[in-house]
Formats: sequence, structure tokens, C-alpha cells
Amino acid sequence: MVAVVTAMHMSDGLVNIPTAAVFGVVAVIGLGVAVSRARRDLDDRTAPMAGLVTAFVFAVQMINFPILPGASGHLLGGALVSVLVGPWVGSICIAIVLVVQALLFADGGLSTLGANITNMALISVFVGYAVAVALRGPARRSRAGLVATAFVAALVGTVGASLGFVLEYAIGGAAGASLGTVFALMVGLHALIGIGEGIITAATVGAVAAIRPDLVYLLRGSAAPLVLRGGTAAAAEGNGS
Amino acid sequence: MTRPSADRRAMGFFVGFLVMALLIAGGLSYFASSAPDGLDSVTLNGCVPNAAGEPEAGTCIAQNAQDSATAGSPLAGYAVGGGEGTTGLAGILGVVACLVIGGGLFWALRRRRGPTGQDEGR
Repeated sequence: MVAVVTAMHMSDGLVNIPTAAVFGVVAVIGLGVAVSRARRDLDDRTAPMAGLVTAFVFAVQMINFPILPGASGHLLGGALVSVLVGPWVGSICIAIVLVVQALLFADGGLSTLGANITNMALISVFVGYAVAVALRGPARRSRAGLVATAFVAALVGTVGASLGFVLEYAIGGAAGASLGTVFALMVGLHALIGIGEGIITAATVGAVAAIRPDLVYLLRGSAAPLVLRGGTAAAAEGNGS
Repeated sequence: MTRPSADRRAMGFFVGFLVMALLIAGGLSYFASSAPDGLDSVTLNGCVPNAAGEPEAGTCIAQNAQDSATAGSPLAGYAVGGGEGTTGLAGILGVVACLVIGGGLFWALRRRRGPTGQDEGR
């Protein structure tokens, strides 16, 4: 009855129950690790930032942009959160968005919530973060470097998330299309969506870095998780200027 | 102890960030494309979707999709009570829900600075 315009969110029934259960376990383990690691990245300044990033990702995920005639895409937000608040906090941000969408907005199935969390809150976040870390040199050298890094991380992270679905479909997908077709279409479409993801991510990261560079996780003191004291010092400097 | 100007600046940034999220969810959402997204396009491949985006003729993955157990929820499909033109309000409610849940969880998880840490940090 309701014309549900969903996100890149798997509905119930797209993979069988055992497969959904396996990825439910993957999601629970991944988020458990994330919660334990997130603590050291959260303080009086970054905790409110992380809450706002969660709300922002929810908002931007509503904005489907056209990619081809009859097809659209929207931000997943994995690279965005990992650059702004780090991968551990970031994966929790995206998971919260996915849970809110599934429970309140009927966007994404309940049985497939684990698979959706695996694809968007774990794969897209950590693939995006891996790319961002690989490009951390140029990202720290200039604003242009940071913006370019955010773009590439977002593009690769989006394609990574789409491969998560291909894997889940390969393991226990419902019938209806060959694996080769699913692979080719998923990667092709998400390479295009990844360009949009990259533009939104680059614009957002660039804007935050222009106003509050101390709130950009990727720009914090090297080996960020262990040198938060350095991050705090940088924040004080930033505030003073 | 803390510098008021720095705190005010931080608060200004956070308020601005929230306003952006509310404007996007509450206003820009009306201009979002209603075409199937990447995953839906793939699962609908081989079928002819009807106006509601459900598969009709053909063979495709989406024919196996089931309605969510929460399909009857008051905000299902990003509309309030299924009402036309309520996307923006639904979006604002979603932003608030994410902010409350995320903000609350992250605030509870944060490292609390001890009496010494508080002085060192500033």
C-alpha cells in the first residue's frame, strides 16, 4: 500500500534465513568490537559531534540522486563517518541510522538488518577508512588533499558495500538473477553512486575542515586512537586561533 | 576554567550542523529522486516495476522480497501515517531520533576526564 522508496537496504526475503542469521552474528560481533574501541575516541567534544554525524547521515541518506534514467542512489556515509569521527565510532553511527530506518521507517528488513549493518556500517566504513589512511599524507598536507582523499575513500567504500551484497547473495540469495549479473550490475551502479557519494563526502568533510579542523578524526595526531592527548592539544590550538 | 569563547564557537558549529541535517531531511527530501536506488535496480532487474516500485511481470530477485514487519509503523515509508507530503516531517523526526539515540549512547560511552585531566586538557 505504501510506495516505499528504500535506500540501499535489503528487504526481508532477499537472502535466506540462515544467511541472514550468519550476517546478524557478524554485525553483532563487529559492533561489539566497535563499541569497546569507540570509547577511547569519545570525549566531551567528540561525543556530541558523533551524535550529530549520526543525525546528518540519516538526513542525507533520504536524498536519492539520479544516476541513470530510472535509477538513483544515495549516500551510505561510511567514508564520511570514518573521516569525521573514526571507524569505530563511525560504524556505530551508521548502525544506529540503519536500526532507526528499519524499526521506525520500515526501510530495510528486520531479518536482513545484520546484512545491511555488515555492508554499510562495517564494510563501507572500514574500506573507506583504509583508503583514507592510505592517503593520509596528502590529506594532511592541504585542504585539497583532504577533499580528494574523502572523495576516493567514499567511492571505494561504496563499491565495497555493494560487494557485500554480492557475497550475501552468493551465499544464500533468493532466486531471480544469476550471480554474474548481480555482480556486474551492483558494481557498475555503485561505481556511479560512488561518484555522488564522493562528491557529498568531499563537500561535507571540506566544510567541517574549514570551520573546525580539530573535529576531523583523520587530521588528528598520528596513530589517533592512542594519542588523543595530542588531539586535545590540537583542539586547543584550533580554538585559540 | 574553560574559555567561554571556545565553547560558544563549538556550540555554534554543532547547532549549524544540526540545522543543516534538519533542512536536508525536512526540506531537500522533497526533491529526492523516487527512482529505485542501486540495490533496488539490481533486484528489480528482469521485472517491470509498478508505480509503487513492486515487481510485476518477469523474473527478478525482488519478487522474493517481503514486507517488513514494521511496514505498519506510523513512519513507514518516510511518511507520517502514510499521509502525502509528510516526508519532511518524517525526516525531521528521524533526525531527532538519531540525534537522541546516537548522542545519548556516545555521551554515555565517552571517556570522562578526571580532575587532573580536566586541567591538562585546557
